[in-house]
Amino acid sequence: MSATAVRERPTGPAARPPATTRASRPRISVRRHWRPFLLGAVVVLWLVLWAVLKGTQTLELGGAEKTDFHLWLNSVRDSFDAARSNSAVFEYVVQPLTDGLNGLVAFLQSLFSQPSALRPVPQVGWLGVVVLLAWLAFALAGVRSMLLVGACVLLFGFFGYWQQSIDTLVVTFVAVGLCAILGPPLGIWMARSRRVSAIISPVLDLMQTLPSFAYLAPLALVFGIGPAAAIVTTIIYSLPPLVRITEHGIRNVSPTTLEAVTSMGGTAWQTLTKVQLPMARRTIVVGINQCTMAALSMATIAALINGPGLGQPVLQSLQSLDVGSAFVSGLAIVLMAIMLDRTTTAASERSGIEARVARGTSAGGFRGPRARRVGVIAGAVIAAVAIYLSHNYLALAKFPASPDLGGPLGKAVSAATNWTVGTFSGFTGWLKDTITTLLVNPLESLLAQSPWWVMALVLLGIALALGGRRAAVAAAACEAVILGTGLWNESMKTLATTLVATLLVVVAAVVVGVWMGRSRLADAIIRPVLDAFQTIPSFVYLVPALALFGPTRFTAIVAALAYGVPIATKLVADGIRGVSPTTVEAAESMGTTGWQMVSKVQVPMSRAAVVLAANQGLLYVLSMVVVGGLVGGGGLGYLVVSGFSQGQLFGKGLAAGIAITALGIMLDRITQHAAARLGRA
Amino acid sequence: MKKWIKPAAVAASVLSAALGLTACGGGDISATSNAAGGASKCGAFNVAVNPWVGYEADAYVVGTVAKEKLGCTVNYKTLKEEVAWQGFGSGEVDTVLENWGHPDLTDKYIKQQKTAQDAGPTGNTGVIGWYVPPWMAKQYPDITDSKNLNKYADMFKTSESGGQGQLLDGDPSYVTNDEALVKNLGLNFKVVYAGSEPALIQAFRQAEQNHTPLIGYFYEPQWFLNEVPLVKVNLPAYTDGCDADPAKVACDYPKYDLNKIVSTKFANSGSPAYNLVKNFKWTNQDQNMVAGYIAKDGMSPDAAAQKWIDANPDKVAAWLK
Amino acid sequence: MTAPTLDPETSRRAARRADSIEPALKVEGLWKIFGAKADRIIGTPDEHLSRKELQSRTGCLAAVKDVSFEVAQGEVFVVMGLSGSGKSTLVRLLTRLIEPTAGTVRIDGEDVTQAGKAQLRALRRNHMAMVFQQFGLLPHRKVIDNVAYGLEVRGEPKAKRLARAQEMVDLVGLSGYEGSFPDQLSGGMQQRVGLARALAVDPQVLLFDEPFSALDPLIRRDMQNEVCRLHEEVGKTMVFITHDLQEALRLGDRILIMRDGEIVQIGTPAEVVANPADDYVRDFVSDVPRSHVLTLRYVVRPAHDGESLDGPVMQANQIVRDAARQVLASSLPVRVYDDDRFLGVVDDEDILRVVVAEEGA
Repeated sequence: MSATAVRERPTGPAARPPATTRASRPRISVRRHWRPFLLGAVVVLWLVLWAVLKGTQTLELGGAEKTDFHLWLNSVRDSFDAARSNSAVFEYVVQPLTDGLNGLVAFLQSLFSQPSALRPVPQVGWLGVVVLLAWLAFALAGVRSMLLVGACVLLFGFFGYWQQSIDTLVVTFVAVGLCAILGPPLGIWMARSRRVSAIISPVLDLMQTLPSFAYLAPLALVFGIGPAAAIVTTIIYSLPPLVRITEHGIRNVSPTTLEAVTSMGGTAWQTLTKVQLPMARRTIVVGINQCTMAALSMATIAALINGPGLGQPVLQSLQSLDVGSAFVSGLAIVLMAIMLDRTTTAASERSGIEARVARGTSAGGFRGPRARRVGVIAGAVIAAVAIYLSHNYLALAKFPASPDLGGPLGKAVSAATNWTVGTFSGFTGWLKDTITTLLVNPLESLLAQSPWWVMALVLLGIALALGGRRAAVAAAACEAVILGTGLWNESMKTLATTLVATLLVVVAAVVVGVWMGRSRLADAIIRPVLDAFQTIPSFVYLVPALALFGPTRFTAIVAALAYGVPIATKLVADGIRGVSPTTVEAAESMGTTGWQMVSKVQVPMSRAAVVLAANQGLLYVLSMVVVGGLVGGGGLGYLVVSGFSQGQLFGKGLAAGIAITALGIMLDRITQHAAARLGRA
Repeated sequence: MKKWIKPAAVAASVLSAALGLTACGGGDISATSNAAGGASKCGAFNVAVNPWVGYEADAYVVGTVAKEKLGCTVNYKTLKEEVAWQGFGSGEVDTVLENWGHPDLTDKYIKQQKTAQDAGPTGNTGVIGWYVPPWMAKQYPDITDSKNLNKYADMFKTSESGGQGQLLDGDPSYVTNDEALVKNLGLNFKVVYAGSEPALIQAFRQAEQNHTPLIGYFYEPQWFLNEVPLVKVNLPAYTDGCDADPAKVACDYPKYDLNKIVSTKFANSGSPAYNLVKNFKWTNQDQNMVAGYIAKDGMSPDAAAQKWIDANPDKVAAWLK
Repeated sequence: MTAPTLDPETSRRAARRADSIEPALKVEGLWKIFGAKADRIIGTPDEHLSRKELQSRTGCLAAVKDVSFEVAQGEVFVVMGLSGSGKSTLVRLLTRLIEPTAGTVRIDGEDVTQAGKAQLRALRRNHMAMVFQQFGLLPHRKVIDNVAYGLEVRGEPKAKRLARAQEMVDLVGLSGYEGSFPDQLSGGMQQRVGLARALAVDPQVLLFDEPFSALDPLIRRDMQNEVCRLHEEVGKTMVFITHDLQEALRLGDRILIMRDGEIVQIGTPAEVVANPADDYVRDFVSDVPRSHVLTLRYVVRPAHDGESLDGPVMQANQIVRDAARQVLASSLPVRVYDDDRFLGVVDDEDILRVVVAEEGA
């Protein structure tokens, strides 16, 4: 198990290969002939039209210009704002909800993290919190988790972010708790009805791909500034994985078992509670784990609307370009992710074993449950004592200021960054210029300088050639949406950088992934680094990236690489490792060289994994478009950011967010259908 | 999932048992509470903290004074301007301490919704314009006149600017007229968006360090000017109304008298903090000093504010009148 | 098409076991067509098309075509066919795990096809139980709880259902394993759990869907013996699906042979082997050791003129193999009687013809 923000994003409904009826089978051989031909024709025609019509009808929209659609979105926002004070929905639904969430968070904060009116320290001091969390980890997961949790929580304090860390834990706990209440029922509902699934699934797609920057401001309008809106934002992003995984788990309950149960005349409810839920339990726990990771990855974003926690110091250090402090607070988030990931995973494994032990069957060498029970009770007593002491003695309540690990660590990181920048900025400048001139500029010119209708047709043709008719239909729909947003030109610019970034992601993923797949040692060293890059808030490495590459599109690409390469690399590595050992052995027995093994056996055989890596890399790259906008990426990302920052650009920003989503869905469908086709070829 | 409930329930009872014990034992911590001297009729004081260091300086200085001298419970809320203004209506934000114009927000929240009102100038003057790093101003003295910029356009070419000179715009929080300016002044430049304040600052820092050419949008007061004193390029002087039509702008940005905004509720609440906000006034130099403590010296905002307050008791006293 | 007839031997056996003449299971005109607008095909000329033609013309797949048969109380009725013949669909139609397109199914006179949701559930809970090829056990429950599941959903009190489940666990020979989880048992043991689970609800009809084809041959034999034993002990009506002819001949009182969704032949094992309905069935049974299946009824012939009628007497339902030694030992032809009725004689040559023909095949 790894600590990753979003692992293997569940794919949309089109993940299923398009069904071909048997009747149409004879035509396939014909199709294979015209597909490459179509692709070639499209590209040639495109180049010709581009050469002739370059720069005309590009639908370019100036920085401050707005379309009617953008203004309409603004007016919707305004009427929202106006309705806030005198609408029944706000008064009786939203307001109580907001108050409830804020109240809950405030209550937990006063218990564990924040001083209250009467006390300069929270009810439970640091010692109490540390012992309580460690005890919980012991009771739920075991001794190793207890040590991990204890060490991590202490480190939060030594880093100097005690209060913020506990705040983040509180907010994550509340958000994940709500997800755990909302998600499984929704997933069950979707698993039981194809129609419900078909309706909700696109909504989940939207929730996952619409950049949160685009709806942050209106959410703050509805749920107010602070924990409530932060929690709602977090839920919007972290609920979909849980729902999807639950649906998947319920759907995958063995059909024979279900049939057997139906044949015995169980009611739907009995089948659900006695069969499907227990059998999907492990999968649902994995869903909750994913949900937790996703929730943590929202910590920084949530800080933009005053969500309490570690995101605040990250943003604050960013303002003064303090790389060291940003790194230390980011590291605290990474540690928290690792701690929660490992503990929930261990807990789910443990509870599986325990279920058996509790029912009286020995499941192999498990240390006596009775000894454990005594340990848990003793731990409870110790925790109670620790809480009591930390409530009453200031030294045990307020986290000690020394030893201070955060300060020196931050300084060291700053120094290292400065050294790196100073040493490599020449090389990085050259790298940036080369890739920009050779790849980014030509592609952007081709995409953004072609007339919009040429581009629309070209994309359709490519979708048809690569993915088939269903991909083309999806592409057409997404194109219509992008046109509707009025941001065609910006979308094409974003598409250009996205494609370049994806290409680089795939190249890096194949190179590193093959290495990791072939060498256990390389895997053991690189994997934790990849995990860290997936969890650390991207804001942390923006400043060094800026220092190395300046505010350019290439910096945006680098940021996308930092986020996209880990997942793609891991997928490739797992694919290479998944190649049957018998085949490798057989190839070896025929005197295959190392390089031949890679190029003729391992990579071709893990083609499916490489395609999946490309698809996931693409989606991860797209999810960094907004962050890219913060560092000179321009295009849609910048518009989303400015839409969040400037009231009158809200509509345009939201439209840009929608365009990003449409781009994402279009690319996802094309690659998925293409992958399905490739897989069958 | 039943298995999870049990430890959770036990945890809850452990917690309540421990706290219950405490209730009997009597806590000695609350006795050490830092009870404020003054009457605590101030209550909660919600200060929006817009995300730039200069603002942080304002916020923490005012906040620290409110806490220490007026006994307020100060809540700092890190928010972008737009979101901060939204908070006036719901009572989540009492004051924005450094407002840069924002005619659209002023119109919406002060004139239409009447949830906010002007609380007077901060004493800081906001300047927006085009800046070059000091080494360039020294080496090419005539570069500070916008008329000569075309001469240097080639020098400012980058991978992003497609054959023209690059004019680096930055923070998405501000409306810029730069695209129109470039066009209307006939400059062979292209506006490139850095995307955020850190990106802009980092770019200028690198430019000065490595003596690479850069021209970009910047503003003061800004702590970074203490680190690298950027030099402003003179655009055709601002005259009243010359920026009325955004498409035809060909003049410099106006100077902003930065002001404070408070929520109407707060203004009418009779809180002593309102008086403090209204009286709060200092200079660009004061702000840059505190901002420098935070950004350059790495002090916490609280400590930075405290340091300045301790050094300037007379100014603080004037605000409390 | 062979009309569903009752072989005299079977009907006698059935009559011995059941008090009523009402068949345990009665199926009439049962259809299942997969595909859009499947119900519109029945009643049109299309319904007579072969499976292939129908599919190419309408895109619909006729899995079960116009199947009718009856199963007597206490009978073991085997449905046999190759994969794709529609036998698994047929058994699911009986409990409406798959909705039939047309036709009726009656269990103990109750119409399953017309039953409402609640009624169907009641039927499933009380009147029939099924054993599956892949076992379909609940991995998160112990053996005893798996066996008790049917009683649990029926709402029986805990003590009662556990007692009953324990009985069943003992009956299938799993005593001592009631506390184990399914994945700790071998395949054969798991299927015993499936068997016990089905028996626990005391159904009128037991349905087996290729229950032993996932098991290895030795265990399969064991389990077949187990079914024979259970049938002797509890005397349930059984419908048994298999693709294994040996298994069909071994267990079945009667066998229904299916191909492409249609009935090819229904008859006792001996009937099927002795008089295959068509080449398909003939091909099927060609490898069967006939002497193991045929009874004397199928080798008996009228006595020649002057043939001695003083030989020993044997009953017509004797399997040839079992009778062989005695016939060969006797110097005179053996007289064959169906109860009291004289059918004819069998001599060494008649027996050898059956046995030698086998070896030549």
